[in-house]
Amino acid sequence: MATHMSDTGGPLTPQQWQTLISLLSSLTPDQRRWLSGFVAGFSALDGALPLSAPGPARQESAAGITLLYGSQTGNAEQLARRFHDHLVQAGQSVRLESMAGYKPAQIKRERLLLIVVSTHGEGEPPDNAQGFYTFLHNTRAPRLEHLRYAVLGLGDSSYEHFCKTGRDFDERLAALGAEAIAERVDCDIDYEAGADAWFEQILARLSQIREAVGTVVMGGGPSSEASRHSRKNPFPAPLLENLPLTAPASSKDIRHIALSIADSGLRYTPGDALGIVPGNRPEQVDELLKALHLYHADTVTGPSGATLSLEKALLSEYEITTVSRAFLEHYAALAASARLGALLKPDQRGELQDWLRGREILDVVREYPVTGLKGQQFVSLLRRLPPRLYSIASSGMADPDEVHLTVAVVRYEAHGVSRHGVASTFLADRVEMGGTVPVYVQENPNFRLPSDPATPVIMIGPGTGVAPFRAFLAEREATGATGRNWLFFGDRRFDHDFLYQSEWLAYRRKGLLTRIDVAFSRDTAEKVYVQHRILEHARTLYAWLEQGAHVYVCGDAARMAPDVHAALCEVLVREGGRSPEQAQEEWLALKAGKRYQRDVY
Amino acid sequence: MTDGKNQRLAAEETLKINSRYLRGTLTESLADPVTGAIPEDDAKLLKFHGVYLQDDRDVRQERLRRKLEPAHGYLIRVRMPGGVCTPAQWLRLDDLAVRYGFPSLRITTRQTFQFHGVPKRHLKTVIAGINAALLDTIAACGDVNRNVVCHNNPYLSPLHAELHAWARRLSDDFLPRTRAYHEIWLDGQPLDPTGPGDDEPLYGKTYLPRKFKIGIALPPGNDIDVLAQDLGYIAIAEGGTLHGFNVAVGGGMGTTHGDTATYPRLASVIGFCPPDRLIEVTRHVLGIQRDFGDRGNRKHARFKYTLDDRGLDWFRAELERRLDEPLAEARPFEFHDNADPLGWHQDDQGLWHLTLAVPSGRLRDTGDVAWLTALREIARLHTGDFRLTANQNLTISRVTPGLQPDIEKLLDHHRIPRPESWSALRQRAISCVAFPTCGLAMAESERWLPRLLTRLETVLRETGLEQAPINLRVTGCPNGCGRPFLGEIGLVGKAPGRYNLYLGAALNGSRLNRLYREAVTEDDVVGELTPILRDYAKRREPGETFGDFVIRLGYSAPVREGRDFHAPS
Repeated sequence: MATHMSDTGGPLTPQQWQTLISLLSSLTPDQRRWLSGFVAGFSALDGALPLSAPGPARQESAAGITLLYGSQTGNAEQLARRFHDHLVQAGQSVRLESMAGYKPAQIKRERLLLIVVSTHGEGEPPDNAQGFYTFLHNTRAPRLEHLRYAVLGLGDSSYEHFCKTGRDFDERLAALGAEAIAERVDCDIDYEAGADAWFEQILARLSQIREAVGTVVMGGGPSSEASRHSRKNPFPAPLLENLPLTAPASSKDIRHIALSIADSGLRYTPGDALGIVPGNRPEQVDELLKALHLYHADTVTGPSGATLSLEKALLSEYEITTVSRAFLEHYAALAASARLGALLKPDQRGELQDWLRGREILDVVREYPVTGLKGQQFVSLLRRLPPRLYSIASSGMADPDEVHLTVAVVRYEAHGVSRHGVASTFLADRVEMGGTVPVYVQENPNFRLPSDPATPVIMIGPGTGVAPFRAFLAEREATGATGRNWLFFGDRRFDHDFLYQSEWLAYRRKGLLTRIDVAFSRDTAEKVYVQHRILEHARTLYAWLEQGAHVYVCGDAARMAPDVHAALCEVLVREGGRSPEQAQEEWLALKAGKRYQRDVY
Repeated sequence: MTDGKNQRLAAEETLKINSRYLRGTLTESLADPVTGAIPEDDAKLLKFHGVYLQDDRDVRQERLRRKLEPAHGYLIRVRMPGGVCTPAQWLRLDDLAVRYGFPSLRITTRQTFQFHGVPKRHLKTVIAGINAALLDTIAACGDVNRNVVCHNNPYLSPLHAELHAWARRLSDDFLPRTRAYHEIWLDGQPLDPTGPGDDEPLYGKTYLPRKFKIGIALPPGNDIDVLAQDLGYIAIAEGGTLHGFNVAVGGGMGTTHGDTATYPRLASVIGFCPPDRLIEVTRHVLGIQRDFGDRGNRKHARFKYTLDDRGLDWFRAELERRLDEPLAEARPFEFHDNADPLGWHQDDQGLWHLTLAVPSGRLRDTGDVAWLTALREIARLHTGDFRLTANQNLTISRVTPGLQPDIEKLLDHHRIPRPESWSALRQRAISCVAFPTCGLAMAESERWLPRLLTRLETVLRETGLEQAPINLRVTGCPNGCGRPFLGEIGLVGKAPGRYNLYLGAALNGSRLNRLYREAVTEDDVVGELTPILRDYAKRREPGETFGDFVIRLGYSAPVREGRDFHAPS
């Protein structure tokens, strides 16, 4: 890079150029990407220098005005659009969003916020404002000392709670420390004059405060020190959100989990996974102790050499569900069970597998009790409780203090007993809001967005396999990457299982998501999956490949990934005239060239 | 053509002009599998095809939280002039409702069926299915002539067949001519390849400024509320001979809360025409509204405002200018009541007709009563037809005497309530759909009505008014689907759990009600009505209706005309 640019200093002095080059060549790719965003945000500040070390630059809300509307009948939206156009004409950097489309957590990074909101019914916020309204009125809402704002309320004075929502926003923002730049105006059904007067006020104030907006401290600086946290020393990340994504009538329970990694020093890149160190289900521990005729308070020496109660050890130190071969071998010896011994014979692998299906350690202990088994003896048969990995569903550029996961909660019945996935039910059921989850970042250098932001990407992620693509898109939005994006998503039912549907629709409206194709297997008599959609759009997909698209597949390794791979090969055969063997080889080559990346499990 | 006024066109007008005769981008939007919705502009055009985009508002917030779009479902409204359908058509509609929508059929206040909750991916199947039943949904909504309503119980008088034929004729003659419907829903296979092409000789590219409603009544019954129609025809007959129709213009219910420029209006009777001039008169009345209706402000675009803005004299002159010869002077007529005659009735030919009171017009199977199943089984036996009434009720018509016991048995088996067992208040009550599907609803209506009735019935029992014919109408918003401003007691939703209470309409549909209390709760409604009902029980004169009573006693001042609606009483 440096040699290529060595003789092109542009408008810089040789000394500036030298400094810049030496800085650039010392940067990691991530640092470079961050810097490019920062420079973009910096130039919008009109030359004023930030007072302290900046945080990650955000394309959209670092320095400009954010104009949010909450609208029931469309009046507030119409007004907001008009104001937006005026502000743009006046040369302001302004971003217009519906409150429903706005990520509330971003408010921490806003500098100047204009709100146009109506009141609905008996003092209710409009439907599309409720999420943002609730966020702000929550006791956990952030302090907003560096925010300036103004509110325009719309309403109907024949209602008792005239313009209540506008008033609520105004009062709440003030209570959180934000400073109003103009008096709130409450408009009646003939809102035009009042709205115009309010907007005039805003325009007049904007010229005075423009400079100030440009020079405030940008929030959320990254820690320059490398994180101290790792698999061995996970960070206790507070749980921020535990939201169901599937509809109540769904056959599945998929959660959106948001964890705070503020002040942890943890950094991640889209494509990375988050390691979760879960705890076992207390009920499971109780059952196990009962079956073993052991006591909670019995003490054992744990894997780290410390003495602790048997209960504590089973809760958080050992794997107590999955039956490993090693466990079964040792346990069979203790139980002196001929049946178990027979199953463990080398020629009985198939039988053993059948027998193990749906069985957990508890089942083995119940079916083959060992009298007089000591606690220490039992734990010595167990493996350490392994962390579980989940693909990260957020972008550090968009949400620097958070990490999001898309978690399928595993609950089913086997052998008459209800079973619970350890990590998924830990996240979904056992961590309280505000409680913490031990986490660390597991890098995945083999699942990365193209380094060239203009490269098109094709993302195939049915079910929870869509998680990293949510991260990809958020990252591409935050960095202003210009490459086209195409997502294939599939699940069971359109009505119940369309994970993150409203986000994809918003991305599509904004033009970030160029295409999205979906397959819902249980809505039609004939089951359709993502591979069928790939084949339906073979011609377009081939054209994207010709234009250098990178292809990503995430999700189920057993069936989805091979089916999708076969479909991708078929695309080359059908549209590119390759033989099946050539197609296979070509995908291998694409894999080697990192244009075909998979994260399947 | 807005009389030289240089006003801005409403967005809908531009949309219609650019829609290529109601096509828009509907085909593309319907094919987009990523959302159950369609873009706003297409949704507006979709209405002309008889379909509304709605969502289940009960789950809207919960789905938003789950990052799911609203649970979109479509309302499909059938065009069924005069509300008549055959058992074979019934069975098809029932099958479509059970398979593709909420398993319910809803009888509307314009004598037709609505399907609710049909997902986008099944829209075409359902509309094609309706078409296969020799029905359609064209112009069941939109800025055109809507479903033509007609006095019910045709077989109780030799005139009925004749009137129903006129309703059908009016419906067919004033249909949009665009072939967009066949292209979009029936895969471009027009049923009649020699039919007219894309040209709207009557409507033009911009159709009407707003919806337009036509109805035919036969005095002394006013079951269709003929004065609530944009264009009402009052049949004038002697013995079995139809002489013609009085012409009534400019009725309409819709208003907006807090906007006194909007008001309900009852149609003005302006003259009489013989039957053979019915189509000519209709064409010119529609033409005047097409040319002079307000195309800048949709809240002021209904025919009633065109008339009041310019005056009836102007309208008479304009109509005269267009007609071959002027209308004759209106003939005398009298309306007694706007309810349906419930129960069994026998006609001259010895056939039987059973009118059932259907609560809010909702036919569905619940744990208590299996409306859909009962009527499906009846439709399999029945040799006559079915008639939907403008009061959301249902007549099983032309039942042969031999089938009467079988039908009785099926009704009992499926626990279909007999209207005789209800209070007269419940028999007559009307409500619109409102929550959870209607996007306009501000308060509950259909789901609230049963509870309100039960509370009011306590008062009726106590005062001996159980059989007093009081007319109660509830709607979830002021747009008027349940004709709330013609209720002796009208309740119009303002916000969740809050209603405006109106009193004093005439039982025969000839006088509007007036606001009595604003934004009151259910308890307030019962609290306000209880003393008035007690007073009515004590002090009414023989034959005096509740609406007349509240005016005589000064609870409410009479509304003389639409513009008088907001005057302080």
